[in-house]
Amino acid sequence: MNLDFSPEDLAFRDEARRFIAENYPANLRDKQLSEDALSKDDYLAWHKILAKKGWVAPGWPKEWGGPGWTPTQKYIWSEEQARADTIPILPFGINMVSPVIYTFGTQAQKERFLKPTYNGDIWWCQGYSEPGSGSDLASLRTRAVREGDYYIVNGQKTWTTLGQFADWGFFLVRTDPDAKPQSGISFLLIDMKTPGITVRPIITLGGEHEVNDVFLDNVKVPVENRIFEENQGWTAAKFLLAHERSGIAGVARSKRGIERVRKMATTERADDNGPLLADPFFKRKVAELEIDLTALEYTELRTLAGEAAGKGPGPESSLLKIKGTEIQQRVQELALEAAGHYGAPYFRGFPTDGDNAHPIGPEYAHDTAPTYFNGRKTSIYGGSNEIQRNIIAKMVLGL
Amino acid sequence: MDFSFTEEQSMLRDTVASFLQDKYDFETRRAIVKSEAGWRPDYWKAFAEELGILGAPFSEELGGLGGGATENMVVMEEFGKALVVEPYLGTVVIGGGFLKHSGYAGAADLIGGIVAGEATFAFAYAEPQGRYTWSDLKTTAKKDGSGWVLDGHKAVVVGAPWASHLIVTARTGGGQRDEGGVSVFVVDKNAKGVVTRDYPTVDGARASEVFFENVSVGADALIGAEGAGLPLVQKVIDEATAAVCAEAVGTLRKLHEGTLEYTKQRKQFGQPIANFQVLQHRMVDMFIQVEQSVSMTYMATIKLGESDDERAKAISAAKVQVGRACKFVGQNAIQLHGGMGMTDEMAIGHYFKRATIIEGLFGSVDHHLRRYEGLSFGAAA
Repeated sequence: MNLDFSPEDLAFRDEARRFIAENYPANLRDKQLSEDALSKDDYLAWHKILAKKGWVAPGWPKEWGGPGWTPTQKYIWSEEQARADTIPILPFGINMVSPVIYTFGTQAQKERFLKPTYNGDIWWCQGYSEPGSGSDLASLRTRAVREGDYYIVNGQKTWTTLGQFADWGFFLVRTDPDAKPQSGISFLLIDMKTPGITVRPIITLGGEHEVNDVFLDNVKVPVENRIFEENQGWTAAKFLLAHERSGIAGVARSKRGIERVRKMATTERADDNGPLLADPFFKRKVAELEIDLTALEYTELRTLAGEAAGKGPGPESSLLKIKGTEIQQRVQELALEAAGHYGAPYFRGFPTDGDNAHPIGPEYAHDTAPTYFNGRKTSIYGGSNEIQRNIIAKMVLGL
Repeated sequence: MDFSFTEEQSMLRDTVASFLQDKYDFETRRAIVKSEAGWRPDYWKAFAEELGILGAPFSEELGGLGGGATENMVVMEEFGKALVVEPYLGTVVIGGGFLKHSGYAGAADLIGGIVAGEATFAFAYAEPQGRYTWSDLKTTAKKDGSGWVLDGHKAVVVGAPWASHLIVTARTGGGQRDEGGVSVFVVDKNAKGVVTRDYPTVDGARASEVFFENVSVGADALIGAEGAGLPLVQKVIDEATAAVCAEAVGTLRKLHEGTLEYTKQRKQFGQPIANFQVLQHRMVDMFIQVEQSVSMTYMATIKLGESDDERAKAISAAKVQVGRACKFVGQNAIQLHGGMGMTDEMAIGHYFKRATIIEGLFGSVDHHLRRYEGLSFGAAA
């Protein structure tokens, strides 16, 4: 047992830290601090800097631009990004569809999509979920009928994250309605500018426009945009979901979240007028959270060691998803609790500047409630935590 | 033992419920919250004139229905079911509470104004540094001839944009956190030097940061005894806490019922998701939390008239139960609604938001646990 990083890993960590310090755009940091909504260009700015450096897709094979890092280096990199509060690289292109393309795609598909995705020239969205399907993904009903060299696609997708900006989407569609649910599904890449596609915003609890409904009305998709054989899309879907789940624990981000809560709680006063962080009740909750997070961190490190030794991420990754999201939610709860009265004001869409003489509470409180509300999604999406428990029960415990 | 309501109380409940059913469905409520005013003054008028509920806890001599805390409970529970934003809590429960209990000379007039729907109150008690310590006051009131001059900053004054009057706590003596030296004032919101910065709150209400900049008020602005206002403040906050527990009960019932309905009709893997045992047990636990909250709200309301310590202990016990229920029932309602629970479109999320704010209102679970421990175990705790 040796949990220390090697000297090479430590050197890599220093390099990563330095690179972020020197290259992360200051205007992005300002925007994050003032909680302005991020534009498409904002999302892509850091992506493009990393693409230029060759670091945007740590998981990719070297052949397509991956840096060839070890699992430990990838872990360090994600830690360092979280530590610096950088905008996360959106997973849809880099972590989700690209592995499907370089693993299952034709040579033509690889050449057409991988490089532009790497460079941030194609923004991808995911067309998996449907109204009424939820965690029962295989019940999807969007229909694709083959007509010559095209599929004609009709149906509705939902929870399409940041689909309002997307150039392309990867869609699961039903190509054989008579087969068993998992067997008649195909995986299509669809140009979002194709006639017949309508994207409609869904406003969520926190007041954000982050997700969308996508309506497909007689959308013509060339057969050459299908990945894998017809009706074999489920294989790609499962493969992609396994990739979606890795990294979902969010340990480094939760660590940063706890740091922020600690900082808030040194300013906020407790009932006895001491700092809130010295309050035995609050302190206990932070301590318990930190211990839970440490357990999760070491579980993730063990999984990582397993991966480094060549074992793929198995159904154990469900554990990381369950605990990771629960911990993220508890961090958000504590932040809202620490904010006290100033958790209540709602800032989205009304000016926070221009009246410096009459400020509304401390800045650290502004986002606590929307973040808490929006954070409830993490135990629902990517296969709800109930479903993850089913997976562990079946696949790990053999129940 | 009898937990049933009198005929009058049942009538009051039915009157409020049927008005809200007709005029305060979720889409109407959404429109109210989004409107520029953020509330419905015409409904407020109707509360006064058609329903008469703004007089529910006041004596008949004052033009009221002759009720008390139980009437507040009945109204607030119905308001909780419909997510009513109009300021019954601030005006009737809190404003009315201060006027009733203080022996204030102008009480009859102001209560008359409340009952008639003409006077609306907001309670300016919290300060940016004070958290849940009601005596932690930087706001000062200094003697000026026969009157007073107020200076200070009050945080998150809910309902202030709609209020004609503010109830203000201010220090007339002592150090920043001393229990002595706290006084209570009633201030016309249009008084010179009252500066407000208005904003919406996450649960659909409106609030203000209220700044008192050299605000001159007459001698008659002082409510209760000079410098000895804290027990009065605590009593009224306890009454308001009981009322908010009742509101929570209404909100929790809707969260639970809505979840039962949704899981019965929502199908996955070929069957209603309510068939899954793990979800059934969760909904049973939600049910238990709701019922325990109902019991504690009744208990606390009944004990509002007891000695200060008895009352305080009962209120804190109830708020601990209700606060925890708000979190558990609210979070699970969203979880069991899946993605749909995350949308602004569905009512369930709005109930969750109100429940979340109630969780921290007039003191968090930790605050009330500590208060209960202090009363139950003495200083040793």
